[in-house]
Amino acid sequence: MSRFDWLSEYLARLEDEHVIVRAGEARSLAPAHRLVLDAEDWGRAGGVAAALGCRWAGVWGDPRGEAVVVRACLEYQGDYLVLETGVPLSHPILASHTPRYPGADRLERHLQDLLGIAFLDHPDSRRWTRHQAWPEGDYPLRPDFPVAGRTPGRAPADTDYPFVRVQGSGVYEIPVGPVHAGIIEPGHFRFQAAGEDVLRLEERLGYVHKGIEKLAVGRDPAALARLAGRVSGDSTVAHAWAACQAMERATECAVPARALHLRALFAERERIANHLGDIGAICNDVGFAFALVQCGRLRERWQRRSRELFGHRLLMDAVVPGGVARDLPREAIAPLRADHADLRREVAPLFEIIDDHPSLDDRLLGTGILAPADARALGCTGYLGRASGLGFDVRRDNPYPPYDRLVPEVPVQGEGDVAARVRVRMAEVRASLALLDRLLEGLPGGDIAAPLPAPAAGATGLGLVEGWRGEILTFVRFGEGGRIERFFPRDPSWFAWPALERLIHGNIVPDFPVCNKSVNGSYSGVDL
Amino acid sequence: MYRILKQAFRTGVVTEAPPRLDDAELEAVGVELRRRIEARFNRSLAIRQVDAGSCNGCELEIHALNNPYHDVERFGVHFVASPRHADALLVTGPVSRHMQTALRRTWRATPAPKLVIAAGTCACDGGEFGVTYASCGAVENVIPVDVKIPGCPPTPLELLRGLLAAIGD
Ligand code: SF4
Repeated sequence: MSRFDWLSEYLARLEDEHVIVRAGEARSLAPAHRLVLDAEDWGRAGGVAAALGCRWAGVWGDPRGEAVVVRACLEYQGDYLVLETGVPLSHPILASHTPRYPGADRLERHLQDLLGIAFLDHPDSRRWTRHQAWPEGDYPLRPDFPVAGRTPGRAPADTDYPFVRVQGSGVYEIPVGPVHAGIIEPGHFRFQAAGEDVLRLEERLGYVHKGIEKLAVGRDPAALARLAGRVSGDSTVAHAWAACQAMERATECAVPARALHLRALFAERERIANHLGDIGAICNDVGFAFALVQCGRLRERWQRRSRELFGHRLLMDAVVPGGVARDLPREAIAPLRADHADLRREVAPLFEIIDDHPSLDDRLLGTGILAPADARALGCTGYLGRASGLGFDVRRDNPYPPYDRLVPEVPVQGEGDVAARVRVRMAEVRASLALLDRLLEGLPGGDIAAPLPAPAAGATGLGLVEGWRGEILTFVRFGEGGRIERFFPRDPSWFAWPALERLIHGNIVPDFPVCNKSVNGSYSGVDL
Repeated sequence: MYRILKQAFRTGVVTEAPPRLDDAELEAVGVELRRRIEARFNRSLAIRQVDAGSCNGCELEIHALNNPYHDVERFGVHFVASPRHADALLVTGPVSRHMQTALRRTWRATPAPKLVIAAGTCACDGGEFGVTYASCGAVENVIPVDVKIPGCPPTPLELLRGLLAAIGD
């Protein structure tokens, strides 16, 4: 089906199901199409989308007075569609999409914990983001909930979370976290194992919930960009870009071409830095410290250059509403080009060794397989999806400038094991290097930022950016006086974490660290 | 194996590249750090890092302390897996309220005398997140703090300087 033909097919099928659809104002969430539904049709609309083969990309609520507007995002071959409905706060009940879309599970529970939407037929009634910091029945994202909260006492440990138990002779349980053994974010893992084999893994996250969505309320655009850059520190460029893109779409801001090129330059630098760090760490987890040392060295050099040229080793606050904060001086172009050539030369022999080293093959091949069907069911994107046969990439499939002219090569593998994820990451480093050169070649002149036009009250925008982990989706709605009233950043990790629970199944406990590292979900990015 | 040796040989010892300003200072701070650690901690300072709510940016830079450029183990600084083995806690992030109890328990599990170092602007004063229904803000709002290392995130060199300040003369 060609572009948007599928939409008429979807609408026809909805009609068969007697679902009444009103097409929403087309531009408000562009490039996504927008369909408004009655609340009672919510579940069916999800079911029809699943039958058509759409990927489910997220759900979020937006309190407006006495009601909550709920939006779910779907994607089909690069086209986006937002379903929208409203429920009264006095009776906030909706059908769940989880029975048809397992990836919806935690996002719906997040929405339940923060806004009090009850999802009927949800297979898992347990809370998710809420531990014990605020009382049950209090919903932090509702307008009447003060940002400072109402219960100043010490929050007790989340000890009564009802984990699923596997029982049988010889089955034992390993609880890990929230404070892990390494330099890593906090979370809790509950393994049920028999002998060495993992029968079941359950994650309990939410430990670094800081109230990001609530903190965004009332911020001005610049302050929102700073906050977005701290949703997940390793994706600071991508999240800040997605938030700025959403604000720029909401205000119809014409961002200068040079700024967009520089943003892409930052984003590709971020991708390379993270992949280098992870490739080294994955190898190190199976005892191949050589790769850690080599990749660590290359990453450090890369970060030093970022600092030298753009003022920050991780490029925080480099993306601002309307453009970027730092320009690339003309005399920096040649050394930067030399850098790229250097890195390309350095990774060639290194990646060759990693790709074909018996002791690595032994531990990585066939380990932690994410079946393509599972990856599709959960809606995985980025290297995780690409290592399991899903080639989706926002930069190519729904390109935003400058990627409309600079289409990246998107490596895909089918095996879905740790080795495939390493291979995809190595190929992405090479592809990003090629992109960086082309970005420098075609770097337009001109301004690096345009002023953001005054946002109209109620203006909404959707940001869609390919972060290094995969697709980032960010929703922004402005209120009065150019202040943010709703900010929802959806990191790809929402779908990577459930994938980890599946791909670990049947592996041995000692392989968990390397499986986890190869997926590398962000905790902060989902705890919000 | 041959390829590995070749690569290792070609790479050489990265810390012996002609020092830039940064590296010279790194060496100076590191050597001083090692002197004090030898005198006061019997040659080894054991640090337990605790992320109490960070955005994970601070963790990336703490990791960088172990890369071959910084290689802090050579100065006697070791990151350990358990608070029971630690002389110091290196805490990042504003303390999320969901981590409040876990952080206190980790602190109690660390044998006295212990140092608590708040790493990163968030850990120092709450940073971009401050105090909310979900965040306690600065680490010192939850456990006593000895030294603060600001920066978002602090660079490896700033972290090293902070460690130096933490262990005193
Ligand atoms: S100080 Fe900066 S990098 Fe560190 S946790 Fe806070 S926001 Fe993240």
